[in-house]
Amino acid sequence: MKTIRVGSGQGFWGDDLDAPVRQVEGGPLDYLMMDYLAEVTMSIMQKQRSRNPEAGYARDFIPLMERLFPTLIEKGVRVVTNAGGVNPTGCGEALLEVGRKAGVRAKIGVVTGDDLLERLPSLIAEGHELRNMETDEPLEGILDRVQSANAYIGSTPIVRALEGGADVIVTGRSTDTALTYGPLIHEFGWDDPDRIAQGVIAGHINECGAQASGGNAMVDWWTIPAMEAVGFPLVEVSEDGTFIVTKHPGTGGRINRAVVTEQILYEMGDPSEYITPDVVADFSTLDLDEIGPDRVRVHGVRGRPATDFLKVSIAYVDGWKATGTLVYAWPDAADKARAADRILRARFDRLGLEFDEVRTELVGWDATHGHLAGPPPADLPEVQLRIAVRGSDRASVERFTREIAPLVLTGPPSVTGFAGGRPRVQEIMAYWPALIRKEAVQPHLDVRILEVT
Amino acid sequence: MKIPLVHLAHTRSGDKGDTANVGVIAYDPEDYELLRGALTVEAVKAHFGDLVEGEVERFELPRLHALNFLLHGALGGGGTVSLMTDAQGKVFSTALLRMEIEVPEAVAERAQGRGRTPSNYDPTTPVP
Repeated sequence: MKTIRVGSGQGFWGDDLDAPVRQVEGGPLDYLMMDYLAEVTMSIMQKQRSRNPEAGYARDFIPLMERLFPTLIEKGVRVVTNAGGVNPTGCGEALLEVGRKAGVRAKIGVVTGDDLLERLPSLIAEGHELRNMETDEPLEGILDRVQSANAYIGSTPIVRALEGGADVIVTGRSTDTALTYGPLIHEFGWDDPDRIAQGVIAGHINECGAQASGGNAMVDWWTIPAMEAVGFPLVEVSEDGTFIVTKHPGTGGRINRAVVTEQILYEMGDPSEYITPDVVADFSTLDLDEIGPDRVRVHGVRGRPATDFLKVSIAYVDGWKATGTLVYAWPDAADKARAADRILRARFDRLGLEFDEVRTELVGWDATHGHLAGPPPADLPEVQLRIAVRGSDRASVERFTREIAPLVLTGPPSVTGFAGGRPRVQEIMAYWPALIRKEAVQPHLDVRILEVT
Repeated sequence: MKIPLVHLAHTRSGDKGDTANVGVIAYDPEDYELLRGALTVEAVKAHFGDLVEGEVERFELPRLHALNFLLHGALGGGGTVSLMTDAQGKVFSTALLRMEIEVPEAVAERAQGRGRTPSNYDPTTPVP
């Protein structure tokens, strides 16, 4: 029976640089998927491209391919990645150069058409309002502040590129899961929603890298072996859609029912309605069996036909923010930090600074659990005062960054930790999720095959 | 008697905009029904108090012995708007592990110490 192995190589832009190498060299593999994109990543990339037209993709992907390209071609492992960001063409051309230098013969598939930024005015004119899914406001009101707009695209262009013989496929805003189930649709010719939905959950398990193989896993975490060389997850998929989550032998980490269940629940909404461009998956009937060491079988996922819409991820500028920190030492560390916070806020008032929000956390006491942390322990050895502001008035945020350091000599005693210099003013990129009818995007999707000869 | 959820379940959380999701998985499948009864939408909303500004939704995954909660308005605007350390809700679920759950004595006994590092654990010793 035919089995296809799709391995995870990156769970986000900034993940373990050596993981894809371990995944390719550590054992048999058919496809390597690498997810580089998150909601906020596209706007960062758009900013980089506005400064340099050749930028705008996950730069780490290029040196990685310098290391891996010859091995991938030799072993016949095909790569599917959304490293292209807002500039898949630039990424594909850089890759072409890598391939030439490495002396490999290969085909690179470049998928474009998900980027809607330039098309927004005409789309709105045609009646696509791109209303915010959370607030129901039409996009028009903030159109002049939009920095990036990308439709989440599914398997169709990936399958087309694979049919065209691509060894490496570079996309823009493909869904994270399509990087795994695209190759499966290509290999098995699936059109049955149940099987595609199985592929979606395989993609969901792969998309966060080691989070499905022992990383960030809660159950008996202190017993998980050799995390210094953790094996990233891979799925061994059968034609009927059933698959086994595993990792290469001899690698660190752990794959069991508990670890896989945690990853399934990560960023989960309504489990009976996981919407993708290709299918609406229902995870509520999903079942897991531990069938061996580091081997978990996944089955029972159901699927319904896809909706008529694609999700669009839009980022727009929405003011400024900055964060400052200071560390207060025992005795009475929390009291000192809270008094400093009060003094600082009184200075904001005296200076007439305008913020939409001022947030204070005492790291070491209440930063992550808020009031659920209870009152600060009387003998807290130290605490970090973390104060953050945001607002539309840049000058106020700018002035805030100059008000932290003075506290060292003008506030409560035993304070340190200001070696890092003034806080940095950051422009806020807010997120605008919307839906668009598929026919407004699908005809624009394009697959170009670049040949390294 | 009451024991904190940390001894009965493990959790994972993430974000979608300003909404945090909290997945709760029973350590022991036997405790799933007990958790279903205790972790009602109202009880979870009351536990978080002003940490969650909006609605709480609950979904059940009986085959995984798990519940999934969506906590709306929990992340200070979410994404890069949020001023929170945990702007993406990565550790939001751990605050639920503090919740006190009423359990029979036998369950409390079985669950004792679960979810916490053993007293002899040494983080400086590698795990082979």
